This record gives sequence, C-alpha cells and structure tokens, in this order.
Amino acid sequence: MKFLFERDTWQEVYDSLTKNKLRTALTMVGVWWGILLLIGLLGSARGIENSFNRLFGSFATNSVFVWAQSTSKPFKGFQEGRQVQLKISDAKKIEENVEGIEFVVPRNQSQALVVHNFLSGNFGVNGDYPLLDQVQKKKMIQGRFINQTDIDENRKVVVISEEIYKQLFEKDAEMIGEYIQLNGMNFKVVGMFETGNANMGPSSDIHIPFTTFQQIYNMGENIGWMMITGKPEYDISQIETDAKLILKNLNKVHPEDNRAFGSFNLGKEFAKITGFLTGMQFLTWFVGIATLIAGVFAIGNILLITVKERTKEIGVRRALGATPFEIKRQVVLEAVFITLIAGLLGIISGGSILMLLDSLYGQGDEAMLVNASVSISIVFVALIILIVLGTLIGLIPAFKATSIKPIDALREE
Amino acid sequence: MLKINKLHKSYPIGDSSLHVLKGIDLSVEAGEMVAIMGSSGSGKSTLLNIIGMLDEADEGEYILDNVPIKNLTEKKAAIYRNKFLGFIFQSFNLINYKNALDNVALPLYYQGLKRKERIEKGLFHLEKVGLKDWAHHLPNELSGGQKQRVAIARALAADPKLLLADEPTGALDTKTSHEIMDFIQSLNDEGKTILMVTHEEDIASMCKRIVRLKDGVIIEDTFVEQVRASQYV
Repeated sequence: MKFLFERDTWQEVYDSLTKNKLRTALTMVGVWWGILLLIGLLGSARGIENSFNRLFGSFATNSVFVWAQSTSKPFKGFQEGRQVQLKISDAKKIEENVEGIEFVVPRNQSQALVVHNFLSGNFGVNGDYPLLDQVQKKKMIQGRFINQTDIDENRKVVVISEEIYKQLFEKDAEMIGEYIQLNGMNFKVVGMFETGNANMGPSSDIHIPFTTFQQIYNMGENIGWMMITGKPEYDISQIETDAKLILKNLNKVHPEDNRAFGSFNLGKEFAKITGFLTGMQFLTWFVGIATLIAGVFAIGNILLITVKERTKEIGVRRALGATPFEIKRQVVLEAVFITLIAGLLGIISGGSILMLLDSLYGQGDEAMLVNASVSISIVFVALIILIVLGTLIGLIPAFKATSIKPIDALREE
Repeated sequence: MLKINKLHKSYPIGDSSLHVLKGIDLSVEAGEMVAIMGSSGSGKSTLLNIIGMLDEADEGEYILDNVPIKNLTEKKAAIYRNKFLGFIFQSFNLINYKNALDNVALPLYYQGLKRKERIEKGLFHLEKVGLKDWAHHLPNELSGGQKQRVAIARALAADPKLLLADEPTGALDTKTSHEIMDFIQSLNDEGKTILMVTHEEDIASMCKRIVRLKDGVIIEDTFVEQVRASQYV
C-alpha cells in the first residue's frame, strides 16, 4: 500500500484526470448527485423525526385517552342515547383489572374566568393528579407541579403555563406565591411550566388539584376523561380494547356499542408517524444507494472509454516497463479517486443544503425541521460504500486496459 | 549479446495462418549497429517486436545477454523490457500530457526510482540529446526532431543494453533524419548496441551491418562501411 502515499502515484492520477477536465467533471455528476440525495434526504427525514419527537416528546406515547359519550344501543333496560358518565371508580377498576397498565390518570376540565389585578381572561381549567406529570411531562420554569399534599388537603393552588403568565402578569413580575382568581376564588400560584408544542385534548394552561376541582365544581365522583398509559412492552391497542370493555361492563353499556366511549389512541397515531418516518428513511436509502450505484456505473463506463482512448499510451507504458499490475492499479485508483472526490463534494453540498434548510425551516419553536442532520457514522458508511463500489467498478476498465497485448496496443492509432 | 536460432512466427488469418518468420538465425555482438531491411511484409517489424519482447515467437530460441527469453509472463516481460531494452518508435509515442522531462523519466518511474533521482537522471539524458532547456515543454510544443530526441532520451534513461528503433527517421525530413542518425551513431560510438528497422537505403548505410529480410528469411547479412551522418549535418 506504500504507493498510496507516493506523490507520483497521485501525480499520475491528477495528470490523467485533468487531461479532459470537462469529462471528468461530468463523470462525477452521478455519484455527486447520489450522495447529495442521500445526505439531503436522510438529514431532512431526521429533521422531521426530530420535530415530531419534540412535538410528542412531552407525552408518554404509549397512551390512550378515553372519554364518555352517549350510547347507541339499548341494553339492560336502558334506552339508546343515554349519556354515560365516567367515575373515579372506573379509573381504579381499569388500573386493577387491565393487564399492562402503567397508570391511569383521571382528569376534569372546565372553563373559568381568571383574574389577576386588572388583567383577566377565559381559560380552560384542569383538575389533575400529580401523576399527570408522568404522562404529559411538564417542563417547569419556576416552582413545582401539583403534589400529593395539595390533593390530600384540597389546597387552592394553581400551576399555570407560561402563556397564561404572559397574559395575566406584568412583564418579569414575580408570580410564585401570588394569588389569582378563578371564578372569584383566590388560588395561590405555585408553579409555571413551559407551554407544550402539542396539546392532546382540552387546552392545558391551568392545573389545580383534582380534589379541589371536585369540590369547587361539585363534581362528586364524576370525571371528565382519563389518560391510560401502558407499560412500554404492552400493546396499547389491546389495552384500549380491554379498558373499554371494562368500562362498558361497569356502566351497563352493550358490549358491541362502539359509540358509548370515545378515545384517542396516541400510541397508534404515534406509531403511524414513526412508521411513516421509517418508511421515508428506507426510501431515502434505497433511492440514494440506487442513484449512487448508477453514478458509479457511469464512472466505470467513462473509464472504459478513457482506457480505450489511451490504449496506445498504455502500450507505450508497457513497452517502457510498466507491469500489468501497475497499469491496473492506476486505473482502479483513478476510479476510486473520482468516486471519492465526487462523494466528498456530494457530502459537502448535501451538508450545505441541510444548513440552508435549517436556516429556512429549522428556526423557532414551530420549526418543521429540527436539527436536520446526518450522523458522522452515516457519512463514513457512505464513504466506505463509495470506496468499495469505486474499486469494484474500476476493476472492469482495469482488466480491459491490460487485456490487449502491448504489441497490439502500440499499433493502435 | 543477442542470439536467435531458427525463429518461427506465424499469425492466424481467418482459418489459415500467415507464416511471417521462417527460421531466422541472427547473432548480434555488443557494440554493433545493425539495420534490418526489407520490404513491407518481409517480417522485419515482427522480428523487432520479438526481440523487443512485445511479441513471442512460436518456435526457436532467443537469448538476450545470456538470458533465454521464453514463456515470459507479462510481468516478467515488462521487467525485462525495462531492464534490457530501450524503444525508439517511428511516431515517437511520447505521452502528450506529460512534459519532456516526465516522459524521459517514465521508465525510471517503473523501475521504482525516487522522484529526485528520476529528475536528476532525466535531466542528464535530456542534456545529452541537447534539450535540457525544453525539459518542461509538452510534446506538442516540440518539433518532430526534438520529439524524437526526447524519445531517444527516454529510451536511454533506463540505461538499456540494447536500443531498438523501429523506423526512427520514418516521420522526419531528410535533414532532421540525418541529425537523429548522427546522434544515434554517437551513441553507438559510446558502445551502445543498436538494432533498427528501416526501409531507407541511406539510413541503413549509416549502420555497420545490414540484414536483409525477404518473405520471412534472411537473404543477406553484410557488414558495411559506415557512412557518417555528420557529413550531411
């Protein structure tokens, strides 16, 4: 391998490649384009994936949300069209009886007029358990989320989103320990969280303890809806079916009544998106590699022509003492070199495109592409593929170059 | 130096074959300057190619510098060519994208010499043919005579035992031909063994020995009084 480090080897490669610059450049287009596609598309796919992850990042994705509607079938003496009401006990039963449950979070929500000093607004108010933080991670900017003591003592405390803070408080005003009014009742602010990118269900801007909610809205045991999270190794669709069956049983709903309970299966939706992303990545690899192979073949093809054109020169070189191996080595090296340079240019331009995309679509919270990039290992894999393909394709013109006898090569005009 | 015994060579042409060399016996001593003459089709080029190891005989014996040349692999042939032989072609066969110096140094590259050494030797030989100032010019910037002199320098670069010239003046005008012949003669004076194929009587007469071929056999092999090319220059 010593020859790889000799200046002359590369001088020879340089000489023969610069002999016809336009052709060399055109030869490289195929591979350049293949790598550019690969890098550009993989990076974009990664960017979209990242943006989805950011969107769903605050949620336990193996979750299903269930709420009650009205029945569509008469059952056990009840008419159809009966409004079903979920109870806390329903949530407990599900937690106890369905296999693979991580936790069940009962929730209530309502609208309330919220007032602080002279600022006010109408917002959705949620009655929540501390467990919510597990299902839908709240990024606390200040203070804390609702805790068990709040629940136990029915405390009048409130956790607000950054958005609410901006609407109800003066800029940079202190808010931990401040009081705001919900429907005329004073609540103490204990925490502020970052507004999430994705809201599943009713807007979650204001959270108060579940028990406090029960009290002030006179909810009794009724709950609005529940979030059910499965353990990662369990199928969330199965959990959804099981949970609904239990709910139907508890609430005397016909087992085949599909309208009594509404649900949104986050796990299923998420799987659809990740499936789509996986598909897109597969497609990218497929298209990229296929283009790459086409590009490498183009290089092999051009080298075949070049070798044909240089028959006489190769004959002269052999008359001067070049061994067939030296000739072959040179041709293969040219193939690998062109492939590699084209590949590197492709990587650089692909990277530049990703940078451009990032500056156009990758900025801010609502960005479509988040950190659109390819990992360095993918770049290395691509380069290794290029070297291997370049070598293999270079062997064809290389053998062609030495298949003709020097005497015939010299006669060639 | 060179010994050939009962050399036969035929080429297949369609179903039949063309018997080009029909038993050539030739022996050349070191320091000789031999012209091989003959009309086209006489087999003179084939003979030169076999001597140059570019082609292989079907039958017969060929010994070069006490080394029997037989059943050579391509690799071995390449090494022998590089070590023993210098080629001068009618159409010069310089590599057009390499400058004069690089062309001259090319056999040295295949000998595995270091770049510095190659440049040194290359320049030495270019100086010998009087083209040191043209070292960095491309072949298409040189005249025909200059190109042939670069080619001669290239043939000399590897310090071969035998110089083989295939119509070295075939593409040159008379005056340039004489210059080149003068130079080749001076090489011979220094002791180089030279074998050239030509069909020009006046060029052949500048050699020391003339071998005439006809239809694949040697019909005449005479030592002649050498005409010095210098008198025409």
